[in-house]
Amino acid sequence: MGENQKARIATTSLAGCFGCHMSLLDIDERILQLAELVVFDKSPINDIKQFTGRCDVGLIEGGCCNEHNVEVLRDFRKHCDILISIGDCATMGGIPALRNTVPLQECLDEAYRDGPSVHNPSGMIPNDVELPLILDKVYPAHEVVKIDYHLPGCPPSADTLWEALVALLTAKPVELPYELVKYD
Amino acid sequence: MHDDVESTVQRICQSYDNDGRRLMDIVTDLHREYGCVDPEAMDLIARCVNVPRLRVQSLVSFYSFYAEAPRGRIVIRLSDDVIDRMHGYDRVAAAFCDELGIGMGETTADGLFTLERTACIGMCDQAPAGLVNDVVITHLSSDKARQIVQDLRRHGDPHQLVTSLGDGENGCDLIHSMVRNNLRKAGSVIFSPINRGEAIRKALSISPQEVIRAMKTARLRGRGGAGFPAGMKWEFARGAGDGQKYILCNADEGEPGTFKDRVILTERADRVFAGMTIAGYAIGASEGIMYLRAEYAYLKPHLEDVLRRRRIDGLLGETVLGRNEFAFDIRIQIGAGAYVCGEETALISSCEGKRGDPMTRPPFPAQKGYNGCPTVINNVETLCCVTKIMEEGPATFSDCGSDQSSGTKLLSISGDCKRAGVYEFPFGTTLREVLNECGGLEAQAVQVGGPSGKMVSPADFDRKICFEDLATGGSVMVFGPQRNILDIVHGFMDFFVDESCGYCTPCRVGNVLLKQLVERVRDGSGEPDDLDQMRRIAGTMKATSRCGLGQTSSNPVMSTLTTFETEYTDRVQDGPDGQRRGFDLAESVKAAESIAGRPSVHTGQDD
Repeated sequence: MGENQKARIATTSLAGCFGCHMSLLDIDERILQLAELVVFDKSPINDIKQFTGRCDVGLIEGGCCNEHNVEVLRDFRKHCDILISIGDCATMGGIPALRNTVPLQECLDEAYRDGPSVHNPSGMIPNDVELPLILDKVYPAHEVVKIDYHLPGCPPSADTLWEALVALLTAKPVELPYELVKYD
Repeated sequence: MHDDVESTVQRICQSYDNDGRRLMDIVTDLHREYGCVDPEAMDLIARCVNVPRLRVQSLVSFYSFYAEAPRGRIVIRLSDDVIDRMHGYDRVAAAFCDELGIGMGETTADGLFTLERTACIGMCDQAPAGLVNDVVITHLSSDKARQIVQDLRRHGDPHQLVTSLGDGENGCDLIHSMVRNNLRKAGSVIFSPINRGEAIRKALSISPQEVIRAMKTARLRGRGGAGFPAGMKWEFARGAGDGQKYILCNADEGEPGTFKDRVILTERADRVFAGMTIAGYAIGASEGIMYLRAEYAYLKPHLEDVLRRRRIDGLLGETVLGRNEFAFDIRIQIGAGAYVCGEETALISSCEGKRGDPMTRPPFPAQKGYNGCPTVINNVETLCCVTKIMEEGPATFSDCGSDQSSGTKLLSISGDCKRAGVYEFPFGTTLREVLNECGGLEAQAVQVGGPSGKMVSPADFDRKICFEDLATGGSVMVFGPQRNILDIVHGFMDFFVDESCGYCTPCRVGNVLLKQLVERVRDGSGEPDDLDQMRRIAGTMKATSRCGLGQTSSNPVMSTLTTFETEYTDRVQDGPDGQRRGFDLAESVKAAESIAGRPSVHTGQDD
């Protein structure tokens, strides 16, 4: 299959831990098969920073915790035909969303001033203009843009990602046996 | 002080034989003395009745009428449901807050008043209404609210708020309430004149099996809403061995918009107790319990008096009507503000002095219920029918009504109609006839069967009130053309969020999600996807919730999504560029902008 017939795929990690990307790399030698099916556009995997064209599929790891995340996610929505939320942070907010019940100022104080492991004599909270402002709470991806599919898991296993992606790219019904979507 | 509490707890526990199953009564009594059950009191109770302290604490935390922290000497509870809101709840609540100088849920600094909102208190025909301790206050307005607070500040006695008395038995010394019956239409069964003792005499003249057969011949079905054949239920319990058995009367009338049991208990309590006694005879039970919701505590002295007179007249006691082989007595178990206790297994848990957690069925109560014994639970209205069937015979009863629903049905009608109140119609009456009688024909929608029932549109007004068509426990809420359907649905979801016991996830979480989605659509930021999402969540809740509450609480959404679909579809649209319309970046960075002291670089510009 020629490069221009292959599906274009983009990925990003927003308010996530890169665990989902690690899980994607965990498909091991199947990455060669994947390379037969897709070319990667904007992604941390190849370090392409900007979209080079329209993409078929965008994989979203992590929810939105700051304004930059929102911008990136909206950019993905604009450039991708299909968006998939990958992992619990993207689908539900995940661990970062634990702060959602705590007022923002208290979160910052705990992180930069009062936390037991914090050494910050000046008491300054990072506020460089380069730093994106953080949101009042962490939003799962589908609350910010329309998301087409959700793959739960923390992270979804390599097999889950593989099965789902291959099914999507080969236009076959996805078959996720119970073991791949059971998490307790 | 310490000794004082200790001796009070001991005295109260003693009065219930230190029986852990009477924990509800113990906590209620202690509450009456101190206004709360604090950790110290919990320890003492746990020691006296010999149960784990955790059980006492979980009980206190479960019921909304109990509190761990001290509350005001006078607790004002405002009934907050869809009907009260339509009649000015917001203005009344604001007036109370303003006059008391506190917010909802707070206590005044002098420890005199606590102000709370509570679910429907069974007074929708005289809304907005509330409770001041046990005293019911009705037809509230903002002026009245201020007057009430001023009066209470002066004399401090809720009972003195009752200046004009309601009709019928509401005016008797033992009830002494301003509540009005609003009995608009008395039919041939429930509110027909009563000949005290006749039904029991007739029942005892035939065998228990024949009594059960009479219920079957009359085709009596449970009036609580589900419509299970009463005779069959009794037969199961009768066949479940020869040991101890119980009759429970479900007087936990908590379905918002229902208040017919209130009127039965006020005017025809004898008929209910007679029904319990006959049921006891039929299944071989010697003890009955009436589970009375805490909101109706003002009726308890009257009901106790009816019981007392029945004992004197030999209609209850060791030898009912002088029959040595039939002993039967009834006690009243008072609830403490938990809607879910109307569910029969939760009601049993509550009677046993536990949290009102529903249990998994089977086993059904008829096999294993109160204290693990076979138990029959019937609705107040069903038990009235039992008495009537014994009085006049099953044929007269089954002659009235429709094919599969015999007898009459009490409807509690409230909302946008001229004559709100209680109506007794034969089963099979069309909704249009009902609306015509109550003066509500202009309605754009009628909610039949309470929040978990159906929202009926004018196209369906010719449907019939009966189990085979529009089944209802009796709640009929009328909504005029000026009402926003989604406000109503939102109000119902609010109720279910509050009343979910929290045990199972589909109900605890699903109700919150549905409420948020309805809110989003109502406020104009919804998208077509949201409607699919609602349907999916509702499906999951229905299929996987543990009890009837979660299995039916998505009905207001599902029912209106079908009948009033345009109310939803007209309000939703896709966001630009696949962006969610419900997400507002400018709003969500506001807090950070103010903390960082700089504006966002992303808002304000076009994406």
